Amino acid sequence: MSFYIASSPHTRQRRTTARLMQLVIVALIPGILAQWYFFGWGVILQLLLAVTTAYATESLCLHARERSSLSALRDNTALVTAMLLAVSIPPLAPWWVIVIGVAFSIIVVKHLYGGVGQNLFNPAMAGYVVLLISFPLQMSSWVAPVELTGQHLSLFESIHLMLFQYTSEGYSVEQMRMVASGTGLDAVAMATPLDHIRTDLSQGLTLSESLQAPLFSGLAGLGWQWVNLAYLLGGLFLLQQRVIQWHIPAALLASLALLAALGTLLAPDQLPGMDIHLFSGGTMLAAFFIATDPVSAATSNRGRLVYAALIGLIIYLIRSFGGYPDAIAFAVLLANMCVPIIDKYTRPTTYGHPRRKLQ
Amino acid sequence: MSESIADTDVADEASAETTNGRFDEVRTLTQNGLWSNNPALVQLLGLCPLLAVSGTVTNALGLGIATMLVLIGSNVTVSLVRNFVPSEIRIPVFVMVIATFVTLIELFMNAFTYGLFMALGIFIPLIVTNCAIIGRAEAYASKNNWQLSAIDGFMMGLGFTLVLVLLGAMREIIGQGTLFDGAELLLGDWATVLRIELFAVDYPLLLAVLPPGAFIGMGFIIAGKNWIDHKREQRNQTDSVKKVERARVTSA
Repeated sequence: MSFYIASSPHTRQRRTTARLMQLVIVALIPGILAQWYFFGWGVILQLLLAVTTAYATESLCLHARERSSLSALRDNTALVTAMLLAVSIPPLAPWWVIVIGVAFSIIVVKHLYGGVGQNLFNPAMAGYVVLLISFPLQMSSWVAPVELTGQHLSLFESIHLMLFQYTSEGYSVEQMRMVASGTGLDAVAMATPLDHIRTDLSQGLTLSESLQAPLFSGLAGLGWQWVNLAYLLGGLFLLQQRVIQWHIPAALLASLALLAALGTLLAPDQLPGMDIHLFSGGTMLAAFFIATDPVSAATSNRGRLVYAALIGLIIYLIRSFGGYPDAIAFAVLLANMCVPIIDKYTRPTTYGHPRRKLQ
Repeated sequence: MSESIADTDVADEASAETTNGRFDEVRTLTQNGLWSNNPALVQLLGLCPLLAVSGTVTNALGLGIATMLVLIGSNVTVSLVRNFVPSEIRIPVFVMVIATFVTLIELFMNAFTYGLFMALGIFIPLIVTNCAIIGRAEAYASKNNWQLSAIDGFMMGLGFTLVLVLLGAMREIIGQGTLFDGAELLLGDWATVLRIELFAVDYPLLLAVLPPGAFIGMGFIIAGKNWIDHKREQRNQTDSVKKVERARVTSA
């Protein structure tokens, strides 16, 4: 046995990247289960496809870069990227959507920038943006929550829909949306709560009128509120395990909540309130799982506060005044671009040294 | 030797040496324009039109040819007047010359390729601001005779056009699955037969069609060029290393 000499701190947990990523995956499970419960088998199918694609492209890249593929494949970072992207896209999107997205994330955003720990941008969100601007139709056809449809599309029908974009009876996701608006019960596809509010507001309805829709009851839209609460639960688990620090989630949620409250004060019937901003869309997923990516986030604690508050600000601005109903991916990418300058101005002072002057 | 030739204005000294020197110079110009000093890949000049109109091969080819013609014309003119232009005001004069040729090209395109003229829109007059053109006028044409300047303009324009067409082809294939879509706009009605449909896409990959696709594609092309250069350098190095080893063995 060799005597291990190290500088302080001496009590510490030596956790590998693979272990941390495993914890992140464990923390994702409640959210995934909630999504599966409310949105059906599509979620699980997307996950399987995403993970398969991630491993395939990852080993391809590692082979091309002449790296030992086994140890790198075991660090689970590709797995987390794939899972985050898979839970972000509509559950019944055609199979090639997720394959293109994950392949772009892994090959271009991760490996062309130098692999694990080198990427400037959050790979999952960059992949999401590619999909969003490339396939606007597929990326906006969300599934109606089970509370409205009564029952899920069966596993077989989900697979059929993902492979051929039609159910075995010949309906496409879009056609089912038509059926849905007629009867309100056969619905498979429909707008997300944020999309719904956005459309109504642009048509001159007030917020309270928009919230009368059957999609809303309780906090922030059927299904979505529980999915967000499940991700909040997973996020708290990550905090408790000290995989992430409190700075990013707290600053992101605080800045979003503050702005939403301000918006409600100024224009109570035109701008959605705090409850909708916090518990609808991908807010909790973003706060605890996406913005906290240790590679593309700011590095110092103070920097992380600024970084996350910036994400909250951009999310609020795009959701309220921009061209898209939800804005997590754009906000995260834009904040990623600001990280170098945030890091420059928030570098902590070394203990015992005078405060540095900023150049 | 090539530099001394480049500096002489007298074209009819037809000794064996000068023809050799002239040939070398042309070869250097070709190599520079097409590869080692390519305006788009190495100098990164003229990226605005390059990225904006490379959505299809037709657009790319149209703009590439227009740029090439302007470049040849401006290079020749600048070279001819270079001894009469005071160096203090040479840049405005060059810009005037370039603007003249751009206006000519614009009128020609309006007259003969109206569809393409409409498709390219503002990017035809914007050729004036293409730094590759003023850059060549300043760096080469204002120091060399008009024949060499014309060749330089042609080669630089060709290098620019080739990159533009390559990028256009990449974006068109990935985005729409076709090649030479709308070639009739540039070449006349017979050219509709040139349209190749490689595969049918129900949902085009809009990323390739939109500007971000141009940036990403451009990045890939530059990376590809650097990769080829890198491989070449490695091969040359291993060759020279081998030679040295052999020399040592024989001397020992």
